[in-house]
Amino acid sequence: MNKIAFFLSAGLTSLSLSVPAIAATKIQWWHAMGGENGAKLEQIAKGFNASQSDYEIVPVYKGTYDETLTGAIAAFRANQQPAIVQVYEVGTGTMMAAQGAVYPVYQLMKDQGEPWDQNKFIAPVVGYYSDTSGNVLSLPFNSSTPIMYYNKDVFKKAGLDPETPPKTWADVEAFSRTIIKSGAAKCGFTSAWISWIQTENLNALHDKPYSTKANGFGGLDAEFTFNNDLTIRHWGNLKKWQDEGLFKFGGPVGGDNAPPMFYSQECAMYMNSSAGRAGVINNAKAFKVGFAPLPYYDDVIKQPLNSIIGGATLWTLKGRPEEEYKGVAKFYTYLQKPEVQADWHQFSGYLPITEAAYKLSQEQGYYEKNPGADVGIKQLTRVTPTENSKGIRFGNYVQVRGIIDDEFAALLGGKKTAKEAVDSVVARGNEQLRDFESAN
Amino acid sequence: MQTKRTVFPNRILPYLLIAPQLLITVVFFLWPAATAFWQSFLRQDAFGFKTNFVWFQNYRRLFADPLYMDAFGHTMVFAVSVTILSTTIALTLAAAAMRVLRTSRIYSTLLIWPYAVAPAIAGILWWFMFNPSIGIVAYMLRSMGISWNHLINPDNAMVLIVIAATWKQISYNFLFFLAALQSVPRSLQEAGAIDGAGPVKRFWTIVFPLISPTTFYLVVINIVYAMFDTFGIVHATTQGGPARATEILVYKVYFDGFIGLNLGSSAAQSVILMIIVVALTAIQFRFIERRVQY
Repeated sequence: MNKIAFFLSAGLTSLSLSVPAIAATKIQWWHAMGGENGAKLEQIAKGFNASQSDYEIVPVYKGTYDETLTGAIAAFRANQQPAIVQVYEVGTGTMMAAQGAVYPVYQLMKDQGEPWDQNKFIAPVVGYYSDTSGNVLSLPFNSSTPIMYYNKDVFKKAGLDPETPPKTWADVEAFSRTIIKSGAAKCGFTSAWISWIQTENLNALHDKPYSTKANGFGGLDAEFTFNNDLTIRHWGNLKKWQDEGLFKFGGPVGGDNAPPMFYSQECAMYMNSSAGRAGVINNAKAFKVGFAPLPYYDDVIKQPLNSIIGGATLWTLKGRPEEEYKGVAKFYTYLQKPEVQADWHQFSGYLPITEAAYKLSQEQGYYEKNPGADVGIKQLTRVTPTENSKGIRFGNYVQVRGIIDDEFAALLGGKKTAKEAVDSVVARGNEQLRDFESAN
Repeated sequence: MQTKRTVFPNRILPYLLIAPQLLITVVFFLWPAATAFWQSFLRQDAFGFKTNFVWFQNYRRLFADPLYMDAFGHTMVFAVSVTILSTTIALTLAAAAMRVLRTSRIYSTLLIWPYAVAPAIAGILWWFMFNPSIGIVAYMLRSMGISWNHLINPDNAMVLIVIAATWKQISYNFLFFLAALQSVPRSLQEAGAIDGAGPVKRFWTIVFPLISPTTFYLVVINIVYAMFDTFGIVHATTQGGPARATEILVYKVYFDGFIGLNLGSSAAQSVILMIIVVALTAIQFRFIERRVQY
């Protein structure tokens, strides 16, 4: 035996010694949680791995939601897909249409003999991810809903009551004027996610249909109808308020510039996801933050409906070895445990997605210690969702959101009136829907 | 005329010698290019379950789409601005560097630095400086009475990506110009000086014609850079916004393919880009290499 072969075989022996006698089945979980939420997610996987020895969940960070979804699709086409992938809510239409690729969660749990009761989940969350017969297709994991954050110190300086946030859009306008006139801040309010918050949620809160076919839940042939008086009026107002300096645009997509405007106390109010809570608290060291539900037009609706959700769910992909699915089902059971859910909710600011996790957080006194942390969940569950507030489901919706951003920028830039901009979103959006319909 | 042809006695050896390069070309260029070409005739759902052969429909739709025509226009404006700015600034800097070169190498080193910066990082740097809320340049512009907001003003956004892309490319151009200037024989300039030509006259009549091959080479390279290599800058600063006003062709390929999952259209767009690159390369070899005097 020559020297090289000797070292090689010695190396192989030591390698094989380090592997335990019975290896656990590894299950890939691709996700898009960076930063602190990503670290927390890895802890959750570790918790599951420590709770049993047959399966090992391997979380893999794949970048943004877009990148994770595109990566998983590319992997599926190359037959290298993970068993679990986290997909954001606007990708739901794409995933649902891919029936050959998706193993629906209700089916998985039934096949693997794991307990499954979808009534445990909070209605607006689970409704978003059900098929037309009411079966849940993906496991809700991190859901959020938009809320309003406001700067209590600025309110006080402007002579407003820091404990009374604006309730209606008329309040938002009046408060913003007072704040700017008093010099307490340079801008009244800003908003992340014009598409999600100032368009989709706006229509849901006011019980207006977003499209035909039950907001897209009823089939791929839905057509957008949100070019109604409400959206046109609201977009027109935002433009007017921008020109007056009451409102400042935070940028397209998620609005990267909105958070710094709030943190630097330039804008007194700020609308963003409830999951931004940890970030807001960390960055707002110099002032006190208040939390409030989204404003509404009280001449359109007396009592606003529930807001709709964002965030992501876990989809199971087909084509993995059978024993992995057993582990996936067990992992999903673990994820639904009230302690696991409550811990994730309290850490991240995402909603507690089961009633039990919400109750547990209440019992633990979390909301008393953290006032405002339940604004999102209260807003989401304040009424039974109607067909208009259940959520939305469309194919190619990522592009449609891009179109919303385009036209909103054209409106703010003075190129189009509110009516022209909203009509154009609907017309261009419908082309995307027809494209998707013909490709699927 | 003497040829540089080398005759290999062995018939197989030359093929073996170029095999690694050929392999790389096949794997990293020919194969993906062929796939893109094939995909540009298909219409598929994202997961690839349903595939229809649609002939030229993807191309027809592109050329009927006003947004695609707009993207062409943006790309032209962007590429021409970046090329003109980055070459003229680099040439000015290189000419200035020639004067101090013997005393200070720090100057040229500093000028070369931006080239080492990744496009995405360059984009983020400029995004920060011009950020309407927290950016220092936006703040200074405001104090001068100029309102800057590239989030809603398309012209501001275009200026921003032109500045960012130009800044990154100046170093590269600077290096080439500096090398070219150094190779211009001093005796020619001295002769011109004796004949009474001033520095400006000497530059335009003696130096500039002598560095024209470099200039032409850089013009082509800069156009290629601006059209194809600035994806990171656009992605990090404006993401093609506002209202698609800074969406250049490469960005649209990414957006439609990777975000929109419309693979057929994205493939058709990359085929069109491929044709543009081939055309530019052909221009460089056919016209520039021949007509410019060395």
